[in-house]
Amino acid sequence: MKNNVDRELPTDLLQQMNYQPFATTEIGHPEVQRVAPKVRVTTGDDKVVDSIKKVVAATLKDGMTISFHHHFRNGDFVFNEVMRVIIDAGFKNLTLAPSSLTGVMNDIVIEAIKAGTITNITSSGMRGSLGDFVSHGGLENPVIFRSHGNRARAIEHGDIKIDVAFLGVPSADKLGNANGMEGDAVFGSLGYALMDAQYADKVVLLTDNIVDYPNTPASIKQTQVDYVIKVDKVGDPDKIGSGATRFTKDPKELKIAETVNNVITHSPYFKDGFSFQTGSGGAALAVTRYLRQSMIDNQIKASFALGGITKPTTDLLNEGLVQKVMDVQDFDKGAADSMHTNRNQQEIDASWYADPDNKGAMVDQLDVVILSALEIDTKFNVNVMTGSDGVIRGAIGGHQDAATGKLTIISAPLVRGRIATVVPDVTTVVTPGDSVDVLVTEYGIAINPKRQDLRQALSHIPGVPVYDIADLQKMAEKRVGTPKPLEFTDRTVALIEYRDGTIIDTVKQVKD
Amino acid sequence: MAESEERLRRTMMFVPGNNPAMVKDAGIYGADSIMFDLEDAVSLPEKDAARVLVYEALQSQDYGEAELVVRVNGQDTPFYDNDVKAMVKAGIDVIRLPKAESAAMVEKLDQDVAAAEKEFGREAGSIHIMAAIESAKGVLQAPAIAAASDRMIGVALSAEDYTTDMKTHRYPDGQELLFARNMVLHAARAAGIAAFDTVFTNMDDTEGFYRETAYIHQLGFDGKSLVNPRQIAMVNKVYEPTEAEISNAKNVINAIQEAKLKGSGVISMNGQMVDRPVVLRAQRVMKLAKASNLVDEEGNYIEK
Amino acid sequence: MEIKKTAIAGTLESSDIQLTISAATNGISIDLQSDVKKVFGDQIEGVIKQTLSDMGIAAAKVKAVDKGALDCVIKARTIAAVQRATETTEQPAWEVL
Repeated sequence: MKNNVDRELPTDLLQQMNYQPFATTEIGHPEVQRVAPKVRVTTGDDKVVDSIKKVVAATLKDGMTISFHHHFRNGDFVFNEVMRVIIDAGFKNLTLAPSSLTGVMNDIVIEAIKAGTITNITSSGMRGSLGDFVSHGGLENPVIFRSHGNRARAIEHGDIKIDVAFLGVPSADKLGNANGMEGDAVFGSLGYALMDAQYADKVVLLTDNIVDYPNTPASIKQTQVDYVIKVDKVGDPDKIGSGATRFTKDPKELKIAETVNNVITHSPYFKDGFSFQTGSGGAALAVTRYLRQSMIDNQIKASFALGGITKPTTDLLNEGLVQKVMDVQDFDKGAADSMHTNRNQQEIDASWYADPDNKGAMVDQLDVVILSALEIDTKFNVNVMTGSDGVIRGAIGGHQDAATGKLTIISAPLVRGRIATVVPDVTTVVTPGDSVDVLVTEYGIAINPKRQDLRQALSHIPGVPVYDIADLQKMAEKRVGTPKPLEFTDRTVALIEYRDGTIIDTVKQVKD
Repeated sequence: MAESEERLRRTMMFVPGNNPAMVKDAGIYGADSIMFDLEDAVSLPEKDAARVLVYEALQSQDYGEAELVVRVNGQDTPFYDNDVKAMVKAGIDVIRLPKAESAAMVEKLDQDVAAAEKEFGREAGSIHIMAAIESAKGVLQAPAIAAASDRMIGVALSAEDYTTDMKTHRYPDGQELLFARNMVLHAARAAGIAAFDTVFTNMDDTEGFYRETAYIHQLGFDGKSLVNPRQIAMVNKVYEPTEAEISNAKNVINAIQEAKLKGSGVISMNGQMVDRPVVLRAQRVMKLAKASNLVDEEGNYIEK
Repeated sequence: MEIKKTAIAGTLESSDIQLTISAATNGISIDLQSDVKKVFGDQIEGVIKQTLSDMGIAAAKVKAVDKGALDCVIKARTIAAVQRATETTEQPAWEVL
């Protein structure tokens, strides 16, 4: 069967897993039933344990679903320590359901798959050796990729039923009141982990910093926590920053960033009280800097900035150019520290941030959003999951969720090295073209034909030519040549859910 | 003077000739002229490779409307002959001669280009040339250099070598370049060709860059040589005409059209005769206004 | 043309390709490393072979380390490497450019 973005889907697999094909970006007003976790009643005086082994033995059974968060990113020690114990204890058939998987987790996940410990995975994404392993058919059951908002939805629906959540925190008290702001390995917002804390049957905190009771501000609360494990170190503070937090000097990236800013400031959304999400990466930081100058020049202030937060954004908050920062995760220490000191930087959980099945999520209020792309096609569909070789090397993150913003800008170079970014058809559809409004490249911009209303506003920006996206695709192909089509086997190694839980695309095993 | 119609040359962006990433992307920044450098930006062992790389890029890459310039190695180097031949074969717009000190050097380049045009079947006179002046001798010979060939489209001052030759270095106020800038500019204007000011290398000193650009704009330079694409927008901003200049220019252009319609040889505006310098300035202002996207197709000022 | 010595052209910078050309007794052999080999490998090898053939090189061993070079860069680096290997840099084969 084909879905609404023209992707051929494996009918048998969809039926077997009870999936519907993607139909529309409209969520509508369905009534949904949320689930609630099981609670083992306690007064709380017996929570502190000194051994991961004991807790794993007391909580885990074969076939269960375990979860982690990825707020420590590549500085994470918790994931490896816990997985080591689980593999060594010989558990089988577990489902791994972290908020995402970072490079530092790759080796042990592969080991756990080979040992039969992990047989199912759902995640926002995966990169490096693990993506390669899965793309080459290393995991029998298809991985399910979900956006951050969709993970929240799936947890609330019970599609993801977390039996045990192992959550590393830089500070907690003996009953489990915890936050991400104090300690050696701080990462700021606990946004994604808050879902696990609220919905998992068993919540296990791991910390290297047990503080006096009661710990405030408490992001995770004692009412949710079963165990507090003291470990030597939860993470390496130097590796928590996402790395791409330096202001780029690459003239091409700067040119794209400047054009993105031009599109924003010429759009009807750039007015006092507007809201935006810029994300991470050198170019996004550059956009924030250009935007800052435009806001000062035009005396415009933003009501809120949303999503993954970086220091340039918290600088805007401290300068008074942004009234509130709604913070689901922090990409650098500057942003994490700011959460501590500025009460207008509000920690939000993944559901509040982006869950489509909500009584209103923040993304629904978003005016301007800037997103990246590995590929974008002539239908404006975006791929942030598979590389030019067809191998999994990305993450949905909040891409599908934030793309519901009123002005969704994809910022990407026309070509990277010899690989075209603008292509006839993306390898993997992650975000449907219906939710994308403008593509910005170093050569010029393309406006989604469905947004004729934007054409007038964006057609006369000095030095910014407007192209038909098909022409940009041809320009890219003329520069790099026509690539040989990728070859895949028939076997599905991953399913890409849209944020409403329907299937927007699949990833097949690569042939080589 | 090689051309009948003047073109805008506000920005001449330097691109190191042996860097594929920069060579292929040189067209995206909107420079009026792109100057591929085979000289100082290329180390001795890589001279041959850079020459071939620039040649192949010129054959295949789309640089849009930009004027394409190549700085060849000096006449005192073993690379000069093959640089000139390769670039003529490639059909470059302009060959830039470094370290020009005499009319004879320009004449030699003119003859070498002519020979190469013949050898490679290029239209005679189709390849333009320009000269960079980088020494006291060159500055004193600037008028002769600028007028030495019909192919000449411009002269450029290169201040790094020049200040060394003058036993000084560059200062923020530019006093050390006062004479050279004026000589080069006068030589260019007397010969009816373009004048390019020298590079400004400190990317962190935005204020200094604006100060220097405003200064050379005031003197009358066509534009500036640039080392970083980020400087292009800054130069263009300095060269942007004001709204009042544009509306005045529009009136002049309208008066010309009116005179044409009437079949009158005399252009008058508000009862006053408009003379040729005013017409020329008005045309230049409109050209700049269009390049700066300040006016629409009909020459009306676009409200920001 | 005859290859007189092993020669290298190009760098390992992004968008470049580094070619090492050395003498061989028969035919052209290309050892290509590239992140885009799957989709552009044939085209990259094709450009190298065509350029070698245009320059009259019938036998050579080529090692190519590609960093996302476009065809014009591949051709330029091949020409430069062959000119160096055949010691003809001073008298380029103009007709091949």
